[in-house]
Amino acid sequence: MNRHHWIEYQKAVAPDHYFFGRSCIRQTFFTGSETAFIDIVEKELGLDICDDARQHTCTGIGYHSDIIPFLTTSTVIARLFALMTEKGYKNYVPSCITTFGLMSEILETWEHFPETLAQTREALYKATKREFEVPENISHPCDIIYKYRNELKQKMKYQLVDKNTGEPLKVVDHIGCHYAKIFPTKGIGGAEFPEVLSGMVESWGGSIVDYAERRQCCGFGFRNYLVQADRGYSVSNTYKKLESMAPYEPDLIVCNCPGCTMFIDKWQYTIAEMEGKTFDKYGYGIPVLTYEELAGLLLGYDPWKLGFQIHQVQIEPLLDKIGIKYNPEEKFASASGKQLIPPEKPVNLKV
Amino acid sequence: MEKFDIIIIGGGPAGLNAAMRLSNMNYKTLVLEKEKVIGGKLNQWDKLFPDFTPAIDVLKYLTENIKQENTQISTSTSVTKIDKSDNLWKVTDSNNNEYLADAVLITTGFDVFDARRKEEYGYGIYPCVITSVDLEKMLETGTINFPIETSDRRRRIAFIQCVGSRDEKSGNHFCSRNCCICAVKQAIEVKEVVPDSDVYCFYMDLRMFGQHYEELYRRSQQEFNVNFVRGRVSEIAPTFDNRVVLKAEDTLLSRPVKMTFDLVVLMVGMNPSEGTKTLSSLLDINDEYGYVVSQDEHVADNLTNKAGVFVAGTCKRQLTVPETMKDADSAAIEIANFLNRR
Ligand code: SF4
Repeated sequence: MNRHHWIEYQKAVAPDHYFFGRSCIRQTFFTGSETAFIDIVEKELGLDICDDARQHTCTGIGYHSDIIPFLTTSTVIARLFALMTEKGYKNYVPSCITTFGLMSEILETWEHFPETLAQTREALYKATKREFEVPENISHPCDIIYKYRNELKQKMKYQLVDKNTGEPLKVVDHIGCHYAKIFPTKGIGGAEFPEVLSGMVESWGGSIVDYAERRQCCGFGFRNYLVQADRGYSVSNTYKKLESMAPYEPDLIVCNCPGCTMFIDKWQYTIAEMEGKTFDKYGYGIPVLTYEELAGLLLGYDPWKLGFQIHQVQIEPLLDKIGIKYNPEEKFASASGKQLIPPEKPVNLKV
Repeated sequence: MEKFDIIIIGGGPAGLNAAMRLSNMNYKTLVLEKEKVIGGKLNQWDKLFPDFTPAIDVLKYLTENIKQENTQISTSTSVTKIDKSDNLWKVTDSNNNEYLADAVLITTGFDVFDARRKEEYGYGIYPCVITSVDLEKMLETGTINFPIETSDRRRRIAFIQCVGSRDEKSGNHFCSRNCCICAVKQAIEVKEVVPDSDVYCFYMDLRMFGQHYEELYRRSQQEFNVNFVRGRVSEIAPTFDNRVVLKAEDTLLSRPVKMTFDLVVLMVGMNPSEGTKTLSSLLDINDEYGYVVSQDEHVADNLTNKAGVFVAGTCKRQLTVPETMKDADSAAIEIANFLNRR
């Protein structure tokens, strides 16, 4: 693909000293991702990151479902900033794209309507006696991995290459809408062709699939999923994306947003059950990875410690394709080594 | 240092027309043109709307009627400095030559909008996406080059209007005024070259303000079956067979549309040229886009608030070719009056 205009655009990403904000969804569905990120920052890159146990929700899902008003949300987020300030940090790193988008929105609102910042300070102080500094830099973890992608490449044991053919793996990048569609300058490479994931993939040996529904929403859409009657919209969105990418026979999908990773992964099961249809040649589905899981795999981290058991589309065919070593015996072993009962197998989606 | 009555900066239609008028009034005129050849955007257009006059005919008329003995033309020359020196204007060019003149006329014109800035339309990324300037080059050769070969289907061609105009995202709020009627002209020309094709124009609203524009718009539908869809295109993306799929909303039907095309033509808008931006800022007579601001749009539209600096054509705002020519005529009269008063 030819390079485009915004490719030259790089947002400012703080080089070190990060205050990490965890994600409600990610800790539940992509259990190894955040730990992998912290390990990558601390152990691989030798940088400083603070993982504060006092942190809490950003209210993002409630806010985008119209059940939490702006001032409440901004006050809850201000509390997160207060925790960061108390720890002496200035660079906030929210793990979730929803939080990232929400923080960007709040900072922009504070800038244009300073009275809302004053109201937030007052509300936070009244409720908690806390005060806060506005972060100097808000970067998503994917920005940080992108920034250090070439340094990480040096440490990687594997590449995004088919070990049998030597060909680069075909990767679909899916960028969360709230990463750069709201504020194009907050994302690396802008809103239309964000460079953040494709840059990692290309640096690590893969090739990017450019397809008609590349910018299409994953299907989460908050109320489209949360209101049960609207879930058809959610599934059909994902269906549209998968159908559009399928002819290119992608080897994997990488996402930077927890909602997207979850829905593109899990709706593959739903669509297989509803229609008997899968989007790869062999009936296993297309694996969907977070960027930390992808980086972790290539760095040689244990796939089961990265949490791939919990994914709907199973990872083994991809591991075999790259030549990543893993122990099938440990897939469903507990931390103490005891074998847990494996989950029930789906009817139509092979595992 | 050579002295002229007037230095014209920019050798496009406005500059050449003014040079023609002033040289025929026996004023000693210097034209500085940054490109290798004179003619400006007339060199990029095959035929002009609304009557399909070959652009080359206009250029020929101008060059043939410039009084040679009163006119010096210097090509591949841009202006780097301009300042007042003893009631005269001193102009320094990119070759470090210095000239003096009683008056300076700015006719530095426009550049087309860089379509790569609207990344969602994929210009420079997908070969099926071209600009109106690229299409004009094809029309000059009498063939349309479709990037993907086919023998078994009717070709589908889309025109997208307002690319880089009336657009918050690209920072251009103005209407470029030329592209609606230009799309109608080009749609007809495409149908003439490829009769076995379906042509669609996606528009916000069609601004057919000039004489014969409405008539041409009607002809394009009645005689050439060009389809007009009211709706702005949201994005263009590749198909598996390397054509492109276009997504828009048909706001008359209140429905989203998604169609596959063999060729998409972006009707790129008009931005002040680099030369216009440089000069307007050097002289501190620039607006928020970098266009030159005239002294008064109603009664002194060829004057600037710098005595002896005049302005004409599309370095000021978006004008059609006939409007540009008339503007240059009136600039020549203003300059002649100014020089006579000296
Ligand atoms: S002339 Fe037409 S296409 Fe061009 S900017 Fe104006 S409305 Fe848009």
